[in-house]
Amino acid sequence: MLHIDTWKRALIWLVCLAGLVFAMPNVFYTKVEGHNDALAAIEKTGETPDLREKAGQWPEWLPSNLVNLGLDLRGGAHLLAEVQVQEVYQTRMDALWPVVRDALKGDRDTIGGVQRVNAPEGELQVRIGKPEGIEQALATVRGLAEPIQSLSTPGAKDIEASANGDVISIRLTEAEKLASDDRTVRQALEIIRRRIDAVGTREPTIQRQGDNRILIQVPGVGSATELKSIIGTTARLTFNPVVSRGSDPEARAGVGNAVIPSMDEQGLYYTIETSPVVSGDELVDAQPSFDQNGRPAVSFRFDTTGARKFGDYTRDNIGQPFAIVLDNEVISAPVIQSHIPGGSGIITGNFTVEESTNLAVLLRAGALPAELNFLEERTIGPELGQDSIEAGKVATAVAFAAVLLFMFLSYGLFGLFANIALILNIVLMFAALSVLGATLTLPGIAGIVLTVGMAVDANVLIFERIREELKTAKGPARAITLGYERALSAIIDANITTFITAVILFVMGSGPVRGFAITLGLGILTSVFTAIFVTRLMIVIWFERRRPKTIEV
Amino acid sequence: MRLRLVPDDTKIDFFGRWKLWFGISLVLIVLSFISFGVRGLNYGIDFRGGTTIRTESTQEMDVGAYRDALSGLGLGDVLISEVFDPSFRADQHVAMIRIQAQDDEEAVTSELIQQVEEALKTVAPDIKFVSVESVGPKVSGELIWTAVQAVALAIGAVLIYVWLRFEWQFAVGAVVALIHDVVLTIGIFSELQIKFDLAIIAALLTIVGYSLNDTVVVFDRVRENLRKFKKTPLKEVLNLSINETLSRTTMTSLTTLLALIALIVLGGDVIRGFVFAMIWGIVVGTYSSIFIASPVLLFLGVKRDWSKPDNNAGNQFANIDA
Repeated sequence: MLHIDTWKRALIWLVCLAGLVFAMPNVFYTKVEGHNDALAAIEKTGETPDLREKAGQWPEWLPSNLVNLGLDLRGGAHLLAEVQVQEVYQTRMDALWPVVRDALKGDRDTIGGVQRVNAPEGELQVRIGKPEGIEQALATVRGLAEPIQSLSTPGAKDIEASANGDVISIRLTEAEKLASDDRTVRQALEIIRRRIDAVGTREPTIQRQGDNRILIQVPGVGSATELKSIIGTTARLTFNPVVSRGSDPEARAGVGNAVIPSMDEQGLYYTIETSPVVSGDELVDAQPSFDQNGRPAVSFRFDTTGARKFGDYTRDNIGQPFAIVLDNEVISAPVIQSHIPGGSGIITGNFTVEESTNLAVLLRAGALPAELNFLEERTIGPELGQDSIEAGKVATAVAFAAVLLFMFLSYGLFGLFANIALILNIVLMFAALSVLGATLTLPGIAGIVLTVGMAVDANVLIFERIREELKTAKGPARAITLGYERALSAIIDANITTFITAVILFVMGSGPVRGFAITLGLGILTSVFTAIFVTRLMIVIWFERRRPKTIEV
Repeated sequence: MRLRLVPDDTKIDFFGRWKLWFGISLVLIVLSFISFGVRGLNYGIDFRGGTTIRTESTQEMDVGAYRDALSGLGLGDVLISEVFDPSFRADQHVAMIRIQAQDDEEAVTSELIQQVEEALKTVAPDIKFVSVESVGPKVSGELIWTAVQAVALAIGAVLIYVWLRFEWQFAVGAVVALIHDVVLTIGIFSELQIKFDLAIIAALLTIVGYSLNDTVVVFDRVRENLRKFKKTPLKEVLNLSINETLSRTTMTSLTTLLALIALIVLGGDVIRGFVFAMIWGIVVGTYSSIFIASPVLLFLGVKRDWSKPDNNAGNQFANIDA
């Protein structure tokens, strides 16, 4: 009647034991965290005696997974950024113009001279000298299109061109725009990651959300504003030919040119060609340094193609100024003194040491492909998180004690079994949270407290059922068996419905709500396990030892 | 001696006054709608955009002085309130400042926050900004839509599950009870003007889960008793099932409430609204599974003979008064 196979018993104890072992590191949170941080640091920068000592605080052979604390418990910054993916279209068109110009040069006889004309954002328009050659020009431009890798539209090209009189309009195809958007967000994600890594904080979360959003959560950063200054700068560096300089921001720029301000000198504006000679993408290195006068500067080195372009341009334009442009501001516009063949140079401006160091970091990490728009910004101070943890601990302890007492008063010995199961339940939850690397948030703590309350439900169902069966059944053993059997369907139905809502919360929710869903869902799984298997095992063992004639539940 | 919340064999007639219970619920639902229509929910920034700043200072706080400091900045609607909590230290004065979403600003500006922080520092030099949260109108619009979807989806999923496991009448009964609970919860939030944010949506879904949990346990017993007592009138079967599970219902509700009361008293002010929603939901959910879900089942009637599938399928409505 009351029988549980030995292998099942072993398995149940094993699960409980594993739970204890994996939950244990959380008891020594600071120690284990220090150990983990030290290990990560050793991996990154090599061993030092200090780090070695910190790593030695926690034995290597013990599990060291911890429950992550969410931002609301630890403090930190949270940003939701939208990547302005459509900015890239215009950049692409600017870069395409020299290519188109060079390609059309070959057809000079049939189409005449070519000229860039004003076009809507994201489009490149070219006027040709001889309208009758438009077909030829169109064919040449279309020849520049390249196939794109796309599963949804096989055989699609990246650009499309159409003619209207003597003007050819070139734009990205829809398929290419989609592909480009995806690339842009990936690049932005990668660059944000590099920049945050360079600053070196613990466990940042950098995730893509939806089509063009990026979620950034960094624990321990003082404020979201600080975080924004690290990742918000586009840091797009270009070297552009200078057309003229003046003091009028509204000056007529001419087609393919733009008027942009100087970074340091108020009221000074440069008219530059928008198609850059070289851009920051072609940098291989950037370091903070000093110029001949000992002022902070940034030295840089181009890759081979960049170096060649830069070399050719400086050779052909000695005596002309060129502008070093960072995010649409001219850092400086030196006059080219001589041919610079090596592909390395130095940027001077009115930098402080800190600024030059920052600029070098940004240039090394690479430019963001497009600007970020911040949609959501949260800063939680560490004190608030600490207060929340303290309050949560006290509340959980009190809730726990109250429920334990209540269960014991109501069900006596069986209540005690349920209480042991409840404690094991919490242990298993923490073990699962640690192993999964899940994040505990403030609503998550509420989820745990709620689980404490609800976890007893399965046992209550069983015990109430045993009571009922005792009235009719033939003996205690039979009543216990029937109690477990008959309560099962209610337990399963009740918990599956709650689990469904937990899953929906997890899928639809974000941040703290998700944390709540995780604890709620895990709590359901572990509470069903402890209530059905663990209490049963305890009751069976007790029953085998004592063989009571009557039981009171 | 064991603690007993309800006697072992209760024979309470839960349907004798069903008109009264339905009447009360109906009045409460109507009141909820009126309150929602007239006062509306006090949406947090998650749902309407804007900025909230939580400040902490050791000085006695003067809401008027704070307001004066910020009035010159032209921020539009600014709400300042002092927060009290038993867990605060004696010299811990906490304020919540809510600033409406600024016009034509999608992205949140750090300049604005900086201005506010500086203005407040002139009033309380030692002021600390323990949390600053801003949500743009674009995201908040989406969040509210996702929240509505989540609640609808949860109710839908549950409807399907109960339908598959029981009969459609059970599903309707459960869902009527759920909607009852959700409406009453929204009603009390709009009446008391408690901040309604993302966490409350989580609480709402938990209420959905909990209320259902309760309802399903009763229904499970109803199904069992329907098999056992094939000739007993449905009303009596329902009454018997509720009485048999009453001990469990009160037990579980009470343990859960005990835990939640500990949390609302000791858990700090940040999650108080959330916990309040849950406590309310558990009370309402327990009530509705007894007084709403089961009477609905009684009205709809159920197939009686579970041993042979569908032998009176065409007859489902015939035994409404059976």
